[in-house]
Amino acid sequence: MNALETVNLEKRFGGIVPTNDVNLKVREGARHALIGPNGAGKTTLINLLTGVLKPSKGRVMLGAQDITSLSPHKRVSLGMARTFQINQLFGDLTPLESIALVIGEREKLGTRFWQAFGSNEKIVEEATVLAKQFGLADVLAERTSSLPYGKQRQLEIALAIAGKPRVLLLDEPAAGVPETERHEILETVAALPKSVTVLLIEHDMDIVFGFADRISVLVDGKLFVEGEPKEIENDPRVRAVYLGERADD
Amino acid sequence: MKEAAAALKRKRAWHWLEYVFWLAAAASIFLLPSQHALLTQIAIWSLFALSLDLLLGYAGIVSLGHAAYFGFGAYVAALFAINFYGEPVTGLLVAGVAAGLLGLITSLLVLRGTDLTRLMVTLGIALVMYEIANQMSWLTGGADGLTGMPVNPVLGVFPIYFITTNSYVYVLVVLFILLVIAKRIVHSPFGYSLRAIKGNPLRASSIGIPNNLRLIAVYTVAAAYAGVAGALLAQTTPVVSLTYIDFQRSADVLLMLIIGGTGYLYGGIVGSALFLVAQKFIGNVTPQYWEFWIGFALVVIALFARDRGVFSIFERIIAALRKEKAKS
Amino acid sequence: MLTIFFDGIAYGMLLFVIACGLAVTLGLMNFVNLAHGAFAMLGGYCAYVLVNFYGVPFFASLPVAFMFAAMIGLVAERTLYVHFYNRSHLEQVLFTIGLVFMVSALVDYFLGSQQRFINLPAYLQGRFDFFGIGVGKYRLLIILVCALILIVLQLILGYTRFGSRLRAAVDDQRVARGLGINVNWVFAITFAAGCGLAGLGGALGAEILSLEPHFPLKFMIYFLIVVSVGGTSSITGPFLASILLGIGDVAGKYYAPRYGGFVIYTIMIVVLVLRPQGLFSRGTSK
Repeated sequence: MNALETVNLEKRFGGIVPTNDVNLKVREGARHALIGPNGAGKTTLINLLTGVLKPSKGRVMLGAQDITSLSPHKRVSLGMARTFQINQLFGDLTPLESIALVIGEREKLGTRFWQAFGSNEKIVEEATVLAKQFGLADVLAERTSSLPYGKQRQLEIALAIAGKPRVLLLDEPAAGVPETERHEILETVAALPKSVTVLLIEHDMDIVFGFADRISVLVDGKLFVEGEPKEIENDPRVRAVYLGERADD
Repeated sequence: MKEAAAALKRKRAWHWLEYVFWLAAAASIFLLPSQHALLTQIAIWSLFALSLDLLLGYAGIVSLGHAAYFGFGAYVAALFAINFYGEPVTGLLVAGVAAGLLGLITSLLVLRGTDLTRLMVTLGIALVMYEIANQMSWLTGGADGLTGMPVNPVLGVFPIYFITTNSYVYVLVVLFILLVIAKRIVHSPFGYSLRAIKGNPLRASSIGIPNNLRLIAVYTVAAAYAGVAGALLAQTTPVVSLTYIDFQRSADVLLMLIIGGTGYLYGGIVGSALFLVAQKFIGNVTPQYWEFWIGFALVVIALFARDRGVFSIFERIIAALRKEKAKS
Repeated sequence: MLTIFFDGIAYGMLLFVIACGLAVTLGLMNFVNLAHGAFAMLGGYCAYVLVNFYGVPFFASLPVAFMFAAMIGLVAERTLYVHFYNRSHLEQVLFTIGLVFMVSALVDYFLGSQQRFINLPAYLQGRFDFFGIGVGKYRLLIILVCALILIVLQLILGYTRFGSRLRAAVDDQRVARGLGINVNWVFAITFAAGCGLAGLGGALGAEILSLEPHFPLKFMIYFLIVVSVGGTSSITGPFLASILLGIGDVAGKYYAPRYGGFVIYTIMIVVLVLRPQGLFSRGTSK
């Protein structure tokens, strides 16, 4: 059973085809990585999966359900969550408030305009526990915009996890994190519950090979090759693509 | 865990300054009888600015045409009183519901575009409402205004018609009740989701918040609030005229809110008090001076305070002085 | 009927000359300048003072009005506007509305609140008959001058170094900077020129547009309609929008004076809702 699947997915902008007939299958419980050189169309693909963009052709399936025409927030309520390459946080809220907000929305309590935010003890407790897991216990009540980058990065992932997703899309989780704090993020990612299917979009090969049990390579908008980490590592075509890119730099 | 819950509770609790403010407002009923006409105006503008704060301060929607709902509420209240029933609270409810409905319908137009299109569409809606009120003179009195609105005693017991002090009490009570409700709303999960949308709409939708539905809801509530404010003015003034809907009113309310600062509900009250008191003193000298200084105030606020009100200028000066001190 | 058409074109041409500067500020700098009409008003008053008080010929007053508005625009851009380029639209709106209030109050203070008329030379007054169309000489002049300006603008944008720099800066500011284009100066000069054109339009159209201190607020919505309906990706869009608006407004005032404003505002809302990028913009709306 595939947790997430695309069928002949295609996106055109005028003459450019950043997503060209992509058939991606992510198995349930997988640690799946999507790699590819710059400009391969990774960001477009993520935006198609999450509903930020509408495809020109093809379908997106979440489990057995066709979600192609659903808006981003509906996909979230069906169990899909994502993180962003560049932090997308609520700067004016505290980490506790941000996480509690996500939990409240998950439980469909977000329209309760007569209740006080934070009066639901279950939600506050769950948010506190989660914040601790992500190393945010000491900054629970600080404004998010005043936190150091590493903490913000942790919160970025915590917000996605707080929605209890079945499928989680991680867009370069360690991007911009200084070397010294990198392992914390990677530990967090490695410790994600096995019930969650993870699709990791990543540039850094060390992270990919340390984490993934399956890898898809995207080149020029097309799925170039797919396989186990071992196969990918030894695939001469993949090496050529990456070596070629390095030579360009 | 306990501390976390306590921290959240502290945010929505009443600040001691709020108690002081409302005690002072209650005291003004007895202590400032000569100023009740002005205070009534301030309270009505406060409610109008509060309604804009719900939009701008909490949901981040800039409106240049908020007077559309204010004026609509005023006309509805007046026409309802003339044709059906002259009890004021009933009039407020009818005006609030009607303006809310107008807000609900027009929100579908407003929320489609970006910042700039929103500005234009809100402005356009107010202009269209103005034209409609102007053209339907058989109903609204057109440029001459609408007069002869009966104002019965409030709830049948408290007469306010041409009784300045009673009018003030009535308006103040309405402002208090609606502010308490607004406070409740902005500190609810719904209110937090609005702040999330304002802060980062992209993230908000990717944690499952249906942005547009929430914005439509708050736009409707804000329009209803504005309609109630308009109805209050209609009930306490002898004539409902086109100035209730004109651009000047939309600009003034935005200015008042900005002077007082957005996003803490009392900004509109502070701003309208400062604005109207200043207008009374400067505007009495010559109207041109008034326009010049109001423009000057806008430029200065835009340069230095952004949307956090006059107090933030002082705060920034103090913060800068402290920094200097710390250095030396 | 054709006379109305003719008057409408003259009116639309004027709107375009005044508003094209606004289209550039909005498109180039993403700046909401609600004070644009103030520069048109200043140009109009400049011509009024020169012609009526100092006996300067009407034609000679036009370039002076252009320079006057452009210089004030340049100073304002360098000292005030420059602080607002990266601010939110709300702050830009507050700032520019504040400017409008100040300028209106100052004009009112120094020149009075009545509507002013420029003494037009005798040869510009009256109409002549041209194949059954009543052609007002003054309006014919407006059309000719505005057409000339439109051609010059196209030539500058299309065929000069400055034009290509400007287009580069509009397309992508960062790339333009990377190519060594001094984007700040391109901004400043373009802004000043836009203000100058507004001033010229204000002087030229003082008779039609009614010169009085609240001119900027009264016409603000018209200028905004021109740029939002026309889009900001070219000058053809605002031009077409101006002509349509001009003809629509004149015809509306003539045939259905009661509903003219209503129809125009409604059309604006419909266009904005359906085509947020403007009616004549290239490409699809995002």
